[in-house]
Amino acid sequence: MIVTIIRKELSMLFISPFAWILLALIQLVLTWVFLVRLDAFLEIQSQLMQIANPPGITEVIISPVFAMAAIILLMVTPLLSMRLLAEERRNHTLTLLISAPVSMTDIVIGKFLGLMVFFLAVITLIVALSISLRLGGALDFGLLLSNTLGLLLVTACFSALGLYISSLTAQPVIAAIGTLGVLLGLWMINLAASETDGWLQYFSLLKHFEQFNQGLIDTLSIAYFILFIVTFLVLTIRRLDGERLHG
Amino acid sequence: MADETAALTLSAQNLCRKYGHHTAVQNVNVELRRGEVLGLLGPNGAGKTTTMRMLTGNLAPSTGSIEICGIDMLDKPREAKLHLGFLPEIPPLYHDMTVDEYLLLAARLHRINKQTLQTVLDNAKLRCGLEVQGRYVIGTLSKGFQQRVGIAQAIIHSPDVIILDEPTVGLDPNQMREIRSLIRELGASSSVILSTHILSEVESVCDRVQIMHKGSVVFDQTMTELQHQGTSLEAVFTQLTQ
Repeated sequence: MIVTIIRKELSMLFISPFAWILLALIQLVLTWVFLVRLDAFLEIQSQLMQIANPPGITEVIISPVFAMAAIILLMVTPLLSMRLLAEERRNHTLTLLISAPVSMTDIVIGKFLGLMVFFLAVITLIVALSISLRLGGALDFGLLLSNTLGLLLVTACFSALGLYISSLTAQPVIAAIGTLGVLLGLWMINLAASETDGWLQYFSLLKHFEQFNQGLIDTLSIAYFILFIVTFLVLTIRRLDGERLHG
Repeated sequence: MADETAALTLSAQNLCRKYGHHTAVQNVNVELRRGEVLGLLGPNGAGKTTTMRMLTGNLAPSTGSIEICGIDMLDKPREAKLHLGFLPEIPPLYHDMTVDEYLLLAARLHRINKQTLQTVLDNAKLRCGLEVQGRYVIGTLSKGFQQRVGIAQAIIHSPDVIILDEPTVGLDPNQMREIRSLIRELGASSSVILSTHILSEVESVCDRVQIMHKGSVVFDQTMTELQHQGTSLEAVFTQLTQ
């Protein structure tokens, strides 16, 4: 049943030019960053050679591309997550799913995974971009792996939050602005956290992502991400169930 | 005509629904046998839509029980919903999809297996007069055809109970006639509940009629009983709901 929902979400997404344009734009921006970093690397390469333990191409080029990707996906997620439930509610199509022999959990998980498949495509493209560097040198696959894992987890967090906020309203635009607001808020905590270095930084999604970005797969961060995802998915299911009970 | 011995497909006892302090539906009993078409009548705000949403599991009743083909809707919602087809007041259509894509989605959601998907799809389109429209995008269809797609979605898995909320609203007289004959046809093999404001529609299509007013059922009789008494449905309706 979940597979049916995922298929439906993906076909709804790729039926319109919106997803394609978004994919192209994300790729364009990231390739630009990639080329700029590559250019910079080639310029300083001779100086790097003189250092005892010089940073490799993965550190100089790929890590900044993934850091940029995290910020771009933070901006893009609200545009994609807004329609998941808010639009269904506005168009009265949620009734089709609820009247069908499908549980609320299936609906919510299906929608979440549908969005994640889209992001998986984005991340695969970034990985492909990184692997193209093998033409000119050796890659640090460990660093690439930790970056990929981190980006996947952090976008899953964005999506879960976006899905929940989408379940709160019947207006997709409000869902988008709400999600963007909360995500930016979580980013701002990141800025504040890096100054104070206090307990606040544990709440910042991008702060946790930074660990992965530097090549550190931290179990605390993984636990935080998974807790974050599960919390918002459960809240979404509860919200939809609550509507059936009280709405 | 449903005979008394036919199997009970839907049974709802003492349904109540409160929105805060406002009671939308109270102590409604609905029983339906196979091969029966029930007309649900009532003025605006009488609780028809709320009742239908409860019967289809879109809304949980505050108290009361619902059984579809002997399966409890509150205990086993997924099994119960397998036997249900529902067309809400506003058809739940994805305007970007084509008719085929949409109906296949509806069929998959109702666990129709892969081998029979195509037959089921063709059959539903044939019954609703959508043979030519398969590749059309739903958003470009006229209101009448969209309504047909909505009905096709509700009957594609040949459910035992079909619930239609104002299925003929916004249709031209010809389309109305076609939909009515379709409902009669559906009523031969399944049970149908249909809500409407058009009294003549009930007279021509239904075997039994229930009139709701202010959240309760105030009238429940078969059409034959009504004919024997020689009273017109319109007289009963005005008398009970004014």
